[in-house]
Amino acid sequence: MAPLLEPSTGFKFDNVKRNQQLVHKGHSLPHATKTGTTIVGLIFSDGIVLGADTRATAGSIVADKNCEKIHFLAPNMYCCGAGTAADTEFTTNMVSSQLALHSLNTGRESRVATAMTMLKQYLFRYQGHIGAYLVLGGYDVTGPHLYTIHAHGSTDKLPYVTMGSGSLAAMSVFESRWRAGLSREEGIEMVKDAIEAGIFNDLGSGSNVDVCVITSGNVEYLRNYARPNERVAKEQAYKFAPGTTEFVVPKPATQHSEEEGTAMDVSA
Amino acid sequence: MAQLKPGEVSLGTTIMAVQFEGGVVVGADSRTTTGTYIANRVTDKLTKVHDRIYCCRSGSAADTQAVADIVAYHLELYTAQHGKEPTVKVAASLFQQLCYENKNRLSAGIIIAGWDKVEGSSVYEIPLGGSIHKQPFALGGSGSVFIYGYCDKNFQLNMSKEECIEFVKNSVSLAMTRDGSSGGVIRLAVITEDNVERLLVTGDKLPEQYLG
Repeated sequence: MAPLLEPSTGFKFDNVKRNQQLVHKGHSLPHATKTGTTIVGLIFSDGIVLGADTRATAGSIVADKNCEKIHFLAPNMYCCGAGTAADTEFTTNMVSSQLALHSLNTGRESRVATAMTMLKQYLFRYQGHIGAYLVLGGYDVTGPHLYTIHAHGSTDKLPYVTMGSGSLAAMSVFESRWRAGLSREEGIEMVKDAIEAGIFNDLGSGSNVDVCVITSGNVEYLRNYARPNERVAKEQAYKFAPGTTEFVVPKPATQHSEEEGTAMDVSA
Repeated sequence: MAQLKPGEVSLGTTIMAVQFEGGVVVGADSRTTTGTYIANRVTDKLTKVHDRIYCCRSGSAADTQAVADIVAYHLELYTAQHGKEPTVKVAASLFQQLCYENKNRLSAGIIIAGWDKVEGSSVYEIPLGGSIHKQPFALGGSGSVFIYGYCDKNFQLNMSKEECIEFVKNSVSLAMTRDGSSGGVIRLAVITEDNVERLLVTGDKLPEQYLG
């Protein structure tokens, strides 16, 4: 009888029972690094503005104080990612590769709807187990487009969107201030304010504001556009003067000569 | 039958479709929820799967979008493969096959409505289990339970197009007021042989009803 072949793709759930038993015994499961996160996007008169905070958490600890959540998809398209950091990173990288090949195949600039379809069909196939919650924005031949994509594979097309744990705080800013035909400065300011609403009112979001402005034929990636959480200058100098610590042997350690005992037998 | 998984986006929903001589009127609310948060307050749940065939989606947003995309793909190919336009029955059959074969994995309640040369106007309903029901009018979604009485009382066969539009508008509006998972604006589509007319009824223009 031939041995049962393991599927080469997809998830393996073999260890689920074992993990449950371990938790029952008192072990704690390892936490995936999540981007607690506030990510936003809006459409303004000339294109798209995307924004994100820069805090990555592992449980209640900040794993990365300045991570990049705005991922490159194509020269005219960027994607903000919330949820499991590894999932957003790898999913956007994969679709970015697929888009590059697709663009070469068709001889045309990638369209936002193409990226959206690739992402949603991939995530739907994995039934939500890939925890990627994305804000996709770009400018193609048909104009500026903004989508949200949930881990289970549903998408919404809207003029302004927020995702992540800080999305409610950020949405309050958009719902009170967004209107059609915003200028570039207004758009950037609104995105910055929305992200800061998330940073200061949501525990899962923090640190700095990244902004990305996408217009026809041009992208401005404004890394750390605002840094509202700079560490204040330390009040004192905490260096110790040389000689503070006494030590007994100032000379470097001497080599021991090989005499004691027999050498290890290393012959095969 | 699959339940919505935690965190999955739900089309809480009120959807309905009514048949009249020469066409159909489909209507829906515009609310999509994740738990208690409204992820999209202006959703379009009336999805075109072919030129004169629309579906109303309720249940899981991801599941219904995926299923509708697959059916739209098959219908796009149908004309080239069969030499004639697909009928609403064909569309409904495709939906049924997907919904029934995958009943344990999907959470989708769909109403298919449209116009074709063979039958004229038709309305089909496919609830959660994947059964198919051809009806003169159909209701679906969590908000539909609140308006069965109203609809049973006020529906008449052979209503005109305008009467159907009023009927759908009134019914969906009543459901939206009573169902927490339904709300926003009312989206309507009137599908006839000649064209598809999309209508939007915003909150301030909802039909009059007792609001306390």
